[in-house]
Amino acid sequence: MSGSAVSELLLSVDGVTVDYSGFKALDGFSMTLNRGETRVVIGPNGAGKSTLCDTIIGRVRPSEGRIVFKGEDIQNLPEQAIVGRGICRKFQAPGVLPTLSVRDNLALAARRDRRWWKSLGTGIPVEERAAVEEALEAVALTHRADVEAGTLAHGEKQWLEIAMVMATGAELLLLDEPTAGMGPAETSRTAQLILGLGDSRTVLVIDHDMSFVEQLAAPVTVMHQGKFLKQGSVAEVRADPQVAAVYLGHTA
Amino acid sequence: MPDFSALTARFAPVKPLLPWLLLALALVAPFALSSYDLNLLARFMAMGILALGLVLIWGHGGILSLGQGVFFGLGGYAIAIHMKLADLPDGEIPDFMVWSGRESLPLWWEPFTSPLFTLAAIIVIPTLAGALFSWAVFHRRVGGTYFALITQALSLAFATLIISRQDVTGGFNGLTDFYSIFGVGLASPGTGSMLYWITLAVLCVAFIALRWLLASRFGILLRASRDGENRVRFLGYNPTPFKVAAFAIAAMLAGVGGALFTLHAGVVSPALIGVVPSIEMVVWVAIGGRYSLAGAIVGALLVNLARDAVSSAFPELWLYLMGALFIFVVTLLPRGLAGLAKGKAA
Repeated sequence: MSGSAVSELLLSVDGVTVDYSGFKALDGFSMTLNRGETRVVIGPNGAGKSTLCDTIIGRVRPSEGRIVFKGEDIQNLPEQAIVGRGICRKFQAPGVLPTLSVRDNLALAARRDRRWWKSLGTGIPVEERAAVEEALEAVALTHRADVEAGTLAHGEKQWLEIAMVMATGAELLLLDEPTAGMGPAETSRTAQLILGLGDSRTVLVIDHDMSFVEQLAAPVTVMHQGKFLKQGSVAEVRADPQVAAVYLGHTA
Repeated sequence: MPDFSALTARFAPVKPLLPWLLLALALVAPFALSSYDLNLLARFMAMGILALGLVLIWGHGGILSLGQGVFFGLGGYAIAIHMKLADLPDGEIPDFMVWSGRESLPLWWEPFTSPLFTLAAIIVIPTLAGALFSWAVFHRRVGGTYFALITQALSLAFATLIISRQDVTGGFNGLTDFYSIFGVGLASPGTGSMLYWITLAVLCVAFIALRWLLASRFGILLRASRDGENRVRFLGYNPTPFKVAAFAIAAMLAGVGGALFTLHAGVVSPALIGVVPSIEMVVWVAIGGRYSLAGAIVGALLVNLARDAVSSAFPELWLYLMGALFIFVVTLLPRGLAGLAKGKAA
């Protein structure tokens, strides 16, 4: 981590509760992210990790609490406005657009002016074109740019969606299980990709795979039953008896 | 899945010439066909204009509308009202109104005296109706099967409304007995050919415009929201205006098609625009190929040609045959005849 730089608060999730008719998927959950940070969120199934992502991007609205991004309350903004502020998410199941070419998928993501009447044309601005090519290279899909995204292998789809999220130019990337369904080699490449994003982006990663989390060498936040449980380095979290108990199925 | 690749391969060399050949044939049709057949062809082309709109919303937007008859009817009634008024001696009202006990023209009929207003109404009313209706549904994020059911209810309601207001709409019999359009006698020599060429021109313009639209970023986004509306939304787009715009364009094409159809057929009535005709419109496009503009035109022409041939000989057989065709196409040729021509059935 960049220790000397003044850490600037980018996102703060403050006492957020999401109530699914009695079941609290998030229960007064709080966390903060600094600009340029990479953070991993882990927790057993049903801990509320995906609901956290859903809440940040506006897919699910919290019944209590605030989400503040760059000093602005965003928990009541429309979804597209939240993306406009600079937050984009990769979904757990790859959400690429199957009948579009890989390049069109990325061009759609790289588009800055997303109003409908501005889509009446075929030209793509130079900077968007460059962003597409850069994203293609980052995930090594340049040679597959013109095939339909639906024909890609599973791992390639995951990378394509990560590239799409990158191409939006978002400052905060939420990556929900980016290595789901990947083998060890693909997992390492995904870790390299995320590490290569550098300090310009803030990344929130949700994953189960501890070897992947170790490769990211990022601070870990542990969730359990919709609540904050622990935060620390991978080693600290691993050594923690409370975390071990949660993963073994005992409630601490 | 049937394998048509051998058949496709044999016709591959002539394929690029085919559209031009068809256009040439269509242009000279008035010199080759009897006025009855030419009129029939012109009607089917008017339906083809509507079918193009279904490719846009159903094929590329994933929006199944079972209510295109409503917009077809709005265009059809607009021009029919104008023609009823144009043929009327001063101070009189249409005969069906007299029979229903009316003594004066309804206020909303008045502006249709103007040819300019009528032309604008044919385009603007269906477009606006389509935009408002689809916005009301899409902005609440209702889609898929629910949307199809709502459109079906809309077409039922529209036909019922027309039938129930006999005194101002002509009721079940609709509006008929037209003699002139914009001062030109419908029966005078040459009018049939002229109206046919106008229909062909509108069809060509609509075809080219939609081809451009589908290739534009708008078309890409429409297909994207069909395949993953959530992904599109969370890339920062609001899919609603894209879908509303597409639906409004399809409604406009249906309205223009309906007006031209009414000109050629000499009648517009609830039987042409209700629930069953609206479903038939979807069947033309399913058979022709819902992803293909050319396929939709071919589907509209072929199905209506078959309908004309079959229903004059065995009127009761047609619905069964159409149903069977529909099932055949949906199960074996999801891309319709256009998929066959491209050599891929699935």
